[in-house]
Amino acid sequence: MPAIVVAGLERAFGEFRAVQGIDLAVEEGEIYGFLGPNGAGKTTTVRMLTTLLLPTGGRASVAGHDVVSEARQVRASIGVALQEAALDPLMTGRELIRLQATLQGLPPVEGRKRADSLLERVDLAAAADRRVGTYSGGMQRRLDLAAALVHEPRVLFLDEPTTGLDPVSRKTIWEEVRALNDDGTTVFLTTQYLEEADQLADNVGIIDNGRIVAEGTPEELKAEVGNPHIELGVGEGAVAEAERVLGEIGRLLPPKGGKRVLVEVEQGSAEIPRVVRALDEAGIEVESLELVRPTLDDVFVDKTGYHLEEEEAGEESGERSPA
Amino acid sequence: MSDFAATARVVRALGARSIRQTFRRPQLISPIVVFPTLLLAIQTGGAGAGIELPGFPPVQSFLQFMLAGSMMQSMMLAGNSGGIAFAVDIEMGFTDRLFAAPIPRFAIVLGRLAGTAALGLFASIWFLAIGLIFGADIEGGVPGALLAMALITASALAVGGIGAAIALQTGSASVVQGLFPLVLVVLFLSSAFFPQALMVEPARTIAEYNPFSFIVEGVREPIIAGIDLTQTLEAVAAIAGIIALGLVLSARALKHRLRVG
Repeated sequence: MPAIVVAGLERAFGEFRAVQGIDLAVEEGEIYGFLGPNGAGKTTTVRMLTTLLLPTGGRASVAGHDVVSEARQVRASIGVALQEAALDPLMTGRELIRLQATLQGLPPVEGRKRADSLLERVDLAAAADRRVGTYSGGMQRRLDLAAALVHEPRVLFLDEPTTGLDPVSRKTIWEEVRALNDDGTTVFLTTQYLEEADQLADNVGIIDNGRIVAEGTPEELKAEVGNPHIELGVGEGAVAEAERVLGEIGRLLPPKGGKRVLVEVEQGSAEIPRVVRALDEAGIEVESLELVRPTLDDVFVDKTGYHLEEEEAGEESGERSPA
Repeated sequence: MSDFAATARVVRALGARSIRQTFRRPQLISPIVVFPTLLLAIQTGGAGAGIELPGFPPVQSFLQFMLAGSMMQSMMLAGNSGGIAFAVDIEMGFTDRLFAAPIPRFAIVLGRLAGTAALGLFASIWFLAIGLIFGADIEGGVPGALLAMALITASALAVGGIGAAIALQTGSASVVQGLFPLVLVVLFLSSAFFPQALMVEPARTIAEYNPFSFIVEGVREPIIAGIDLTQTLEAVAAIAGIIALGLVLSARALKHRLRVG
């Protein structure tokens, strides 16, 4: 039985339709990556699935319970770590986990045991009696994750768990998510990082403007958008000639500018010798050569028309970057 | 464990957190303790001769008269601080953690109110202790002191309910904080700091119908004269009315909060 089933789920805020009838299913024991830019509807969807927000249309069930009519049963089955770790800076780490254990109905002795073991697990035992306000961003995220696990939930919702973290803290969270999944926990992970979805998720759903625009395993999605391509750097005056030569081997892709030429190759690395030979015979000096396989960004571009990560960078200027 | 016992544990844990939060955040505790204590010292030192005025109720000292008013002020500011702290929880997303837990959602409001009521109890003990240290008698003896403490504790719960409702409705600590002057207006338009008989119109009429006048008189009587059943019942009725109002407003605001997410 799927751990999460969503059918035609909608949420409107006045005239604005944040989520516009999405459908998805997440199997038990799966990591589902929910990928999209800020404002796409990821957090609104998670808030509905975790019973924090009522849908305005459609249905959803989590761990076999309807999120509206059986909200309390849903809340007993899930762990939630929301975007911007919702922590009280005046509490200590230990106090927070013990409070969470009480909220989840664990007996006091059991709650204390779980708190100690979870603090150990996320490497916060030494800082357990310090106030949360003194923790680094990575420590706060680990504490939030530990709090979400106190009752050993069947389904874990992680809303952008690594946003704003340094690479080391991000890797630590990834390892913990993988370990949890190995233990059988279903994970619903929202992210705006392509690499995160690619590294962690068994299945990925891409959401844009409140609609799911693509869904599948990362490999299936990448295969859908086409073949690998070779990216070549050539001398200043040789770009046009290189394009002519390579155009006979494969489909040329829009250039990235400068002295780079991109050509799609169906056979991947097997076609590299042919490309090098053809350029050599034409007397073109190759400065660099790289085989590039399709990424989730290519999938994102294919489905939405713009780059996700450039979108994130471009948000401050309020612009969307076309592909 | 029964549902009731589990909910009681949650309310107690959230109440304890709320008290810790107040004592760890100076901007929350200082209005409850420092401000009313200073005002008590200034008024007692500067207006002590007021008790000689014709129409002033018979009291041992101005300090004895003022204790009930100071307790009321501290209690109302505890309610306001509780509302601010609740709004801060909403702003920083901490209430999402609570709303996502498998507990009845009214337990979240009750936990906050339990903490506010405990602060009310603390305020009553603080000012009774100050009174006793500086020579004020509690005419109603131990039962009178206990009655004053119980009324202030229940009042804190009542006022906290209104603070919690505003916090849930607005989700903004600034808005709740903005009600601070209103607390003082309500108090000064009651008999908290001055006998109703000596007030001029329209303050006198307003004070006559101000529910906080009934509460303050119910708290004051056991201190300056002894327990009076009528005044006690009037105070209890006023508190019950404010609790009912607070609960209705909180329930509506809670629904609103869950609807808007």
